[in-house]
Amino acid sequence: MTASSPSSATGPGVDDAIGIARAVRAGERTARAVVDERLELIAERDPELHALLLVMGDEARAAADAIDARVAAGEDPGPLAGVPVVLKDNLCVRGVPTSAGSKILDGWRPPYTATVVDRIVDAGGIVLAKANLDEFAMGSSTENSAFGPTHNPHDPTRVAGGSSGGSAASVAAGFAPLALGSDTGGSIRQPASLCGVVGVKPTYGAVSRYGLIAFASSLDQIGPFAATVADAALLLDVIAGHDSLDSTSIASGVEPVTPHLGEGVDGLRIGIVQELTEVDGIQAEVRAAVAGAVEVLTAGGAIVETVSVPSTVYGLSAYYLIAPAEASSNLARYDGVRYGLRVDGEDVAEMNGRTRAAGFGPEVKRRIMLGTYALSAGYYDAYYGQAQRVRTLIIEDFRAAYERFDVLLSPTAPTTAFAIGAKASDPLAMYLSDICTIPTNLAGHAAMSVPFGVDAGGLPIGVQVLADALGEPTMFRVAQVLEDGAPAGSGGIAP
Amino acid sequence: MNDAVRYEPVIGLEVHCELATTTKLFCGCPNEFGSEPNTNVCPICLGLPGSLPVLNERVVEFALRFAHALQFDVPERSIFARKNYFYPDMPKDYQVSQYEHPILADGVIDVDGTVVRIERAHLEEDTGKTLHMGGGGRIHDAEYSLVDYNRAGVPLMEIVSRPDITSAEQARGYVSELRAVLAALGVSDVKMEEGSMRVDANVSVRLVGVEELGTKVEVKNMNSLRSLGRAIDHEIERQIAMCEAGERIAQETRHWDEDDGVTHGMRSKEGSSDYRYFPEPDLVPVAPTDAQRALARDSVPELPAAHRARLMGEWGITEADARVLLDVSGLPGYAEAAVLALGAGSAKDIVNWCTGDVLAHLNETGLSPEVLPLAPDGLAELVDLVADGTLSRGLAKDVLGEALREPKRPKQIVEERGLAQESDEGALATVLDEVLVANAEAVDAYRAGDDKKRKKTRGFLMGEAMKATRGSGNPQTLNRLLDERLGG
Amino acid sequence: MSDRISRADVEHVAALARLSLDDDELERLAGELGVILDHAEDVAALDLTGVEPTAHPLPLVNVLRADEVRPTLDRDEVLAAAPAVEDGRFRVPRILDAP
Ligand SMILES: [Mg+2]
Ligand SMILES: [Zn+2]
Repeated sequence: MTASSPSSATGPGVDDAIGIARAVRAGERTARAVVDERLELIAERDPELHALLLVMGDEARAAADAIDARVAAGEDPGPLAGVPVVLKDNLCVRGVPTSAGSKILDGWRPPYTATVVDRIVDAGGIVLAKANLDEFAMGSSTENSAFGPTHNPHDPTRVAGGSSGGSAASVAAGFAPLALGSDTGGSIRQPASLCGVVGVKPTYGAVSRYGLIAFASSLDQIGPFAATVADAALLLDVIAGHDSLDSTSIASGVEPVTPHLGEGVDGLRIGIVQELTEVDGIQAEVRAAVAGAVEVLTAGGAIVETVSVPSTVYGLSAYYLIAPAEASSNLARYDGVRYGLRVDGEDVAEMNGRTRAAGFGPEVKRRIMLGTYALSAGYYDAYYGQAQRVRTLIIEDFRAAYERFDVLLSPTAPTTAFAIGAKASDPLAMYLSDICTIPTNLAGHAAMSVPFGVDAGGLPIGVQVLADALGEPTMFRVAQVLEDGAPAGSGGIAP
Repeated sequence: MNDAVRYEPVIGLEVHCELATTTKLFCGCPNEFGSEPNTNVCPICLGLPGSLPVLNERVVEFALRFAHALQFDVPERSIFARKNYFYPDMPKDYQVSQYEHPILADGVIDVDGTVVRIERAHLEEDTGKTLHMGGGGRIHDAEYSLVDYNRAGVPLMEIVSRPDITSAEQARGYVSELRAVLAALGVSDVKMEEGSMRVDANVSVRLVGVEELGTKVEVKNMNSLRSLGRAIDHEIERQIAMCEAGERIAQETRHWDEDDGVTHGMRSKEGSSDYRYFPEPDLVPVAPTDAQRALARDSVPELPAAHRARLMGEWGITEADARVLLDVSGLPGYAEAAVLALGAGSAKDIVNWCTGDVLAHLNETGLSPEVLPLAPDGLAELVDLVADGTLSRGLAKDVLGEALREPKRPKQIVEERGLAQESDEGALATVLDEVLVANAEAVDAYRAGDDKKRKKTRGFLMGEAMKATRGSGNPQTLNRLLDERLGG
Repeated sequence: MSDRISRADVEHVAALARLSLDDDELERLAGELGVILDHAEDVAALDLTGVEPTAHPLPLVNVLRADEVRPTLDRDEVLAAAPAVEDGRFRVPRILDAP
């Protein structure tokens, strides 16, 4: 394969989304050729990586031909013209098998399409494949997929992160310049960090959740993966905006980020979050990467200081009460009655119980049990109620920080990609890999991971940029400066 | 029964009524009864993975209207919560309802002069419908069941009374008044028989003079006012008998069996009442605005109690007639329009026809008054025809029968059938004189007889005279002429 | 291993969650849930009187839709996904308990 290096501030490259869309719209390149190229690469490399659960070759070729016909007819298919996009397999596409990485939904074909997918298609984008994920997005390594783990393109003995590991690996391997994931506690940013790509968790309510198979409704948010900050901005601008089908969608919509990319960081006040940087077990190279990022930003004219956001230390505990509680309710519907797996029983309750026992994997069962317990009579106040109060504290502490700073900075994950199987038998150790990302979800704010350097083994490191609700334009300005100033070898397509 | 005197029942009612919206609570599927199974469904009301609810604005409007009618408080914010339990008629295996923060709190309703307090009214989604196959359609004996989700997601308002009700009779009065209010507000069809209004009763008994409440039993499955009364009476008797026998009453849910006239205990699973309520994260709080509140206030029509009082005063009708009239959706408006169009006739007559023949026709055909071929001014025309002596009551009944079925005005029917009443005095006198000559014996008998005999003979002569006019003689005129001739 | 959660607790929760777990799973979950809840003790132990709970990260209220009909799904497409159907309805084994 001959993947060119991703774009930088110097302008679009040949294989990034901006470059493809420009060339397709100009009639210099056909969407069909782009799709065929990527399908060939997938056929070559995915058997090893297992980033994808379903390759939609026929549909993608047909969609590409339709785009080419429109260009030939003088029409403009839109800002994503001919750009292949990989979808995390918890996004519904009408008639296309959508499993959420679970046996309980294996083979289910939704009779409707998620709002984000409609927006991508309306913008000329081409849905290329459905990506692997931890079952129902519960996990940090994609090892909880009922269909086997995804391997990191930078080192296939290591995890791709999760839960959107398949989406992150797809972009890192060059299967598509863009992918969508969902982020409930870090499920976009952490795999982006581990795979050396850009991953964005938008403000809660910025992107419609309609058609996203729910994990924890008050935390879930869909967001883009891309090889470059500018490509991530392009996809975010396409998918963001109000949707009347999602009650939690922000009515005013969100400001497009692309126009702000080149504005630099001169004069911005940036806070390094102490509690998210000095976490137990953080890898020295990760800490060094944050220091490197500070240098780049300072050089760009930003004022960088350390800030304390004290209650974030309770983030992990609060998250592991709130998210399972909501999940226990969201996943009740998988009962063997209307769709998906059924294991028969003498009566309906027995059928429900057997179906769920057979259809859900260990991590999903663990979280359903934990969440059911946290909500049950006698424990609600001590666990769920208390976690919601901690959520209030975290929001208040962030508010205080954002009074002093325009954006915040931290590592995305405490470590680079770990070996497959290393944490599989220790749930708590696995949960700790989301310690830096979780507070943003609890607060409903925006955050993104930008590749910044590699460790001694050549594994990518990500730096997290955090912003207040609807602070995406400033967040992207900082991300662009970090990308431009990142050490050589950061990000890019894995060899 | 002596026992019954020593015990007093304490009754609280939970009324679920389906709201008469065009679409369901959280999706745009039609809210309609009687469609083919599983056709009024979409990803949202089927609870498909990835679907999300959005609240129907009309239910908020309806709830606010109801609030004004029964003086509820409308809190600044109400919050939807998930009630979690597994049941195949619930597509998400949780019901979106309201728990700690209902949309309405603390209302009151006057039931025949007694105030019953209403604790709360909240919004929630209905479940689907389950058919039990085999075993005579009973849930426990069935071999398997079939589920239709057309009703899943239909908006319900659950109205919870305080335990202020003390008899089956009063319980019926409460439901009947609530039904009248909901119907007048236009927020529900309130048909118990079709299931658009469902009533559960919490019943306990205690010794008179004892402060502490007895163990309450929830009785379900009453599908008419009559069965509500029967079920409560039965449950009160059952509980008193148990108390007398020294048995402990179990806190449980019991099913009313209409055929056998008894309640049966229902099996419930261990822990099934742990509903793990928590705020529904897919919906945001409802915070009615001043504009919404004002709109609701302005759209509250005259309420049944005031309406009854006004009609009794203005039209001189009885409370019983007023209740019958107001119990039928659309009929009060029909009667009022007819009264407005009246000439010589009286409002009382309009009401008599409405609650008699017109109502019987509506019940028989299932039509609503708005679609009758006989417009309200047509009924007024009929009443006027009786009042001015053109039609006898008996003939008017025939004419009405036809006018309710055919698009013809009463006057047109009278003309076509030559039914107009003969009121001309000269013509009637001639006919009467002929009758008296032909029945001279009876006239003699009349003059010789005592009061009793006279009454009987007079009736016979009147009947002969009506026969001679083929029923069209004006009875008042004939009566007067006959009196003149019989000398008093 | 934590003994915060008893085997009986786990069985009760599994019943509420409608999961027919085998003995091994019940045993293992009792330990795992205990460990996670031990970790959550830092939160459970905080004195947060006077702090309002946050259910929603966004302060949105009154999101409403007009009472207008939208397209329904095709019944054949809906029923095609179901494990068992009969007469246009979803078929389930007999129901033993009341709702
Ligand atoms: Mg209810
Ligand atoms: Zn629907």
